[in-house]
Amino acid sequence: MAAERSLGESRIARLLLILAALALLALLLVLPLVLVFSEALAKGLAAYRAALGAPDTLASIRLTLLVAAIAVPANTLFGIAAAWCIAKFDVPGKSLLTTIVDLPLSVSPVISGMVFVLIFGAQGWFGPWLASHGIRVVFALPGLVLATIFVTLPFVARQLIPLMQHQGRDEEEAAIVLGAGGLQTFLRVTLPNIRWGLLYGVLLCNARAMGEFGAVSVISGHIRGATNTMPLQVEILYNEYNIVAAFAVASLLAFLALVTLTVKRLLEWRYGRELALTQSAT
Amino acid sequence: MSVELRDVGKRFNGTVALEDVTLEARPRELLALLGPSGSGKTTLLRVIAGLERPERGTLLISGKEALTLPPRERGIGFVFQHYALFRHLTVADNVAFGLVVRPRTRRPSRAAIADRVRELLSLVQLGDFGDRFPAQLSGGQRQRVALARALAVEPSVLLLDEPFGALDAKVRVELRHWLRGLHERLGLTTVFVTHDQEEALELADRVAILNAGRIEQVGPPGQVYDRPASGFVMEFLGEVNRLPCRVSGGKAHVGQCGPIVEASHLPDGCARAYVRPHEIKLLPADDPAGFPARVRSLSIIGPRTRLHLEQEDSIIEADVDRAVVDALGVAPGLVVGTQFLSVRIYPSS
Repeated sequence: MAAERSLGESRIARLLLILAALALLALLLVLPLVLVFSEALAKGLAAYRAALGAPDTLASIRLTLLVAAIAVPANTLFGIAAAWCIAKFDVPGKSLLTTIVDLPLSVSPVISGMVFVLIFGAQGWFGPWLASHGIRVVFALPGLVLATIFVTLPFVARQLIPLMQHQGRDEEEAAIVLGAGGLQTFLRVTLPNIRWGLLYGVLLCNARAMGEFGAVSVISGHIRGATNTMPLQVEILYNEYNIVAAFAVASLLAFLALVTLTVKRLLEWRYGRELALTQSAT
Repeated sequence: MSVELRDVGKRFNGTVALEDVTLEARPRELLALLGPSGSGKTTLLRVIAGLERPERGTLLISGKEALTLPPRERGIGFVFQHYALFRHLTVADNVAFGLVVRPRTRRPSRAAIADRVRELLSLVQLGDFGDRFPAQLSGGQRQRVALARALAVEPSVLLLDEPFGALDAKVRVELRHWLRGLHERLGLTTVFVTHDQEEALELADRVAILNAGRIEQVGPPGQVYDRPASGFVMEFLGEVNRLPCRVSGGKAHVGQCGPIVEASHLPDGCARAYVRPHEIKLLPADDPAGFPARVRSLSIIGPRTRLHLEQEDSIIEADVDRAVVDALGVAPGLVVGTQFLSVRIYPSS
């Protein structure tokens, strides 16, 4: 009772506050999620399945998976390399690199998309050269991959940098003194120490890669069945008042988000201490 | 195997870490690098290990030029201050690491590695701990695992960075004796870094005292303690009182009316006189040999008494026998005479 009084709120006030918070949470987070699935299944399972089976939709799913399959490994490699550089070596320009890694987070995704159009588009710097060599970047897979890589660049690196900085270089130095080479040191010492943080970063990176809308929207050109990823397909279907189909595709993305959150939660629960170090950065 | 450093210099971003360090660890010797933090002792150890590259100087290990060699070819074992055990590997896998990473042609068979690990773990008295992870061990146990891991590659030189720094006092003393025994049994050349003068004096065959990247003095413990080469060494090795003095004509006058001491090695001018607390004798106030002082406080520590004395403008500490204090009836406020049994004069730096 003393503690309650010292907080200065009566029991009713606290109850009201908690209820308000829960109501807001339900309105803003739970309700939309439920709505996605209920709208998707509004006309029954058959309609849901038919909507997902439409050729354009299937193509968008395939494209999204393909883009993520290229962008996520690329950023995983980049993230490890950048974190390794920043955390384990005294390289010149270290703080600059740290800042650049964060850049995509502070730039609007639409701008990221436009920048690539400016560089690689028909009127862009490399446009004529690319056209004369028959290479298409904008309105094609390479552009989508580039934009996605740009937008998701920070996720793995930012996850690993604080973790690796905290772990220090002692174990690597011990490995080197014991005779391990560079690759052996990385594979046997560094990688096992960061594996859960890395998995976590890859997971977040993947969720963003598949869900990215802004940058991809600018560079894709919305060619049906060719350059539409799942988020773009959702928009097109919705604009055509094909509500069931739009929500069916959206439900896949929502499902992906739920899986990501579940695995994230499991990782936190199992490897909380290691991950706690990385939380402060994100 | 000997380790020889000649004129080694190293800077970190313009700050001097090591300057003209010339030092030798003789075969089978236990050498302590002693100094305050920032004196360069750990850097020196890391230079020997190959973890830091000096800008100048040479390093010879067993007479062979070693600065160009990568760490693994230097024949060294390194025990890190915080042990740096591989946290994801068991104790046995930690110890086996140095053997497992060898190129296939020089790698022992799996059974041979297992045997060697067992042998090393029993050497460090951790025979039953092979399946544990580092996080499940106490500080002293981790320390011994780190030692076993370093010994697995059969080094001829063992380097230890603050080997007892992170341990509590009791474990520290135990491990100290144990390490001394191990050093003798294995016949290695051992270099260890410490900031604890007692540890260095007790354990080492010779002690090198470092200050601001330079070696102040190297010698056996008795020698560096009895004949410090500088005021810094004097202050660093045990407690000491520092008194102002004036040198003129090869004689040092301590204070206004203190003793006059031989100081023919110093030019005329200001200098410092150093007296250890236990080298002060108490006399009755009227004794003509005494340098008068007023007792400010005293505390009784078992058979000894620690006194704070006001002498001219200084406060000095004296450590004297209880019996003397009782015989003189020493109490705060009393004036007594002090006699310095040993005074050393160094230039005021």
